[in-house]
Amino acid sequence: MASVAIGSGEQYNYDVVRKFTIMALIWGAVGMLVGVFIASELAWPFLNFDIPYITFGRLRPVHTGAVIFGFGGSALFATSYYVVQRTCQTRLLSDGMASFTFWGWQAIIVLAALGDVMGYTQGREYAEMEWPIDLLITVVWVAYAIVYIGTIMKRKEPHIYVANWFYLAFILATALLHIFNNLAIPVSMTQSYPLFAGAQDAMVQWWYGHNAVGFFLTAAFLGMMYYFVPKQAGRPIYSYRLSIVHFWGLTFMYMWAGAHHLHWTAIPDWTSTLAATFSIMLLMPSWGGMINGIMTMSGAWDKLRTDPILRFMIVALSFYGMSTFEGPMMSLKDVNALSHYTDWTIGHVHSGALGWVAMISFGSLYHLLPKLWDTKMYSIKLINAHFWLATIGTLMYITAMWISGIMQGLMWRAYDDFGNLQYSFAESVAAMHPYYAMRALGGAVFLAGMLLMLYNCFMTIRQAKSMPAGGLAASAA
Amino acid sequence: MFDHGKIEKNIGLMLVLTMFTISIGGLVEIVPLFFIKGTVEDVKTPEGIKMVRPYSPLEQRGRDIYIREGCYLCHSQMIRPFRDEALRYGHYSLAAESQYDHPFQWGSKRTGPDLARVGKKYSNEWQVQHLIAPRSMVPESVMPNYPWLLANALDTSDVADRMAALRMTGVPYSTNKAEYDNNVKEFGADVAKQLHIPDAKKNLIEQAQTGNYDGDASNVTEMDALVAYLQVLGTMVDFSKLDNDSFVKFR
Repeated sequence: MASVAIGSGEQYNYDVVRKFTIMALIWGAVGMLVGVFIASELAWPFLNFDIPYITFGRLRPVHTGAVIFGFGGSALFATSYYVVQRTCQTRLLSDGMASFTFWGWQAIIVLAALGDVMGYTQGREYAEMEWPIDLLITVVWVAYAIVYIGTIMKRKEPHIYVANWFYLAFILATALLHIFNNLAIPVSMTQSYPLFAGAQDAMVQWWYGHNAVGFFLTAAFLGMMYYFVPKQAGRPIYSYRLSIVHFWGLTFMYMWAGAHHLHWTAIPDWTSTLAATFSIMLLMPSWGGMINGIMTMSGAWDKLRTDPILRFMIVALSFYGMSTFEGPMMSLKDVNALSHYTDWTIGHVHSGALGWVAMISFGSLYHLLPKLWDTKMYSIKLINAHFWLATIGTLMYITAMWISGIMQGLMWRAYDDFGNLQYSFAESVAAMHPYYAMRALGGAVFLAGMLLMLYNCFMTIRQAKSMPAGGLAASAA
Repeated sequence: MFDHGKIEKNIGLMLVLTMFTISIGGLVEIVPLFFIKGTVEDVKTPEGIKMVRPYSPLEQRGRDIYIREGCYLCHSQMIRPFRDEALRYGHYSLAAESQYDHPFQWGSKRTGPDLARVGKKYSNEWQVQHLIAPRSMVPESVMPNYPWLLANALDTSDVADRMAALRMTGVPYSTNKAEYDNNVKEFGADVAKQLHIPDAKKNLIEQAQTGNYDGDASNVTEMDALVAYLQVLGTMVDFSKLDNDSFVKFR
């Protein structure tokens, strides 16, 4: 695989970074395709085709698993292995263990998807995988932690760069959450019952669920941001002090916020009030990160006119700022009374997932890919097209969900002149149809951009391979 | 002033401090829920019998199918204390009502309606027809058809193993005389029989045949189990026998 072993390629293990990069692109396309399909099932239910394996209930975890752990996870493995080597000026601790994390992680994604369609599930959102897969995740994660921390330990730089703090917090928090949320008593290889029940189980699950967002989809991608935004902009990070304050603020406060997913439910009031309080405070460290990222552009704003990669990053940070404002707002109990159980939540998740997570990954991967294969991107025009498809797709998606979500919330609580409920539930379902169709279309536009990226990256790698080694000037930065 | 550089140059210190920082929130919010008594209400009849009981073997198998099909991704089982939800679904959900739910199935999304109190609201025939072809009953529905539930025989081979696993998590299924007698005291004799693991398979088949949930008493299908589960949801607590204000102290 190591076909372009030149320059920094000898010093660093780029092989595993390349593999994870390719799989991030593939899982991105697969996961988003499944997403568009299940969105279409909600708009046009005949698409379930009476086949158990492709019903909405079984494919939804395939979608979330493939995009969060397949696309997001592979992008994080790729960038974290790259960043830790570059910022520590040293090779990964162990090539063998790094390779093990690659094959192990891919096996996990495939097994999880197979389990989902077969109906082997724990019935926990984003933790559907049954216990044998959970054990495999634990083993792979320990190997990842050893490789990552071990690489930092043999660093040649005295300081640990800020991007690594965030990746480290992500590795530790994910381990903690994964272990406690998946405690279960097995019945067979495909069946188990979780240790906790009811209210306590709900608290553990949403402590996990919210911090999967907080650490997997936020802290880790901030790590990505802290390396690739300054690199692409050619400017240093705006504020060192701000990065310290918002790192500790974010890691401390996120863990308290999970119970805002359980407002007005049968958990004690003090728990959800505490969660709401911390959710609102969380706005500050979140915006600290956004400001630090955006202000890094100071003095390089003109590059936005010519550089679509930088544009991806700035739009990602803008969506990050927007969804981390929307989140605390939705965690207010009175807003949540309307928004909970509706599509507004789905819209909120996707403004974070498409707007922030996917876009910062696209930007970073476009920066990374030519460095890994020692070439240039096949087409800047296609990156630009991808940028617009991704932005328009995201906007269509979240606009549709804002309308349908708020409409649902209002219809459910509407009364007629006699104080009776004005609408049956079925009427609210019928009212959603146009927005479900619009959401599916928005998703399809976003997916089209992802497919362009896949093509562009494939052509880039092909052109790199057809060139003699060292044909292009080594672009070691 | 404190020099953050010390942490940045010491990976061990950084790991310890990060671990400490991320542990506090969960410790403060989750651990007390296992120790504060009022977290889960103790709901009893005036005679002192517990109203909320563990699921019968058939209902538990139905619950397994509910989870297998991912119903929780579109249906919540948690009614909030609002007037509109009271009108639409009934009394708000108590923590006690899901105290034997491993895992909880409160859900996070209502693409379809809440099911916390769907039990006994519709006939068995309605539920079966709706599961086979939802749009034949509710034209606006976007729910998938589940025809295979009626065709698939229910796998009853490991029902006792499943109950034994649940027993390990703390569900009071009985394995011996002493546990059985205790269940008689807590839940009454009829319920205690259903909770006895050695009789699990017998009880399951008996309930399926007497209940005749899928309209065919000669076999036990996945439909039997799922409908049995749906029909028990939210029916265990008889609110007419309870003082509504008594729940306030638990919130």
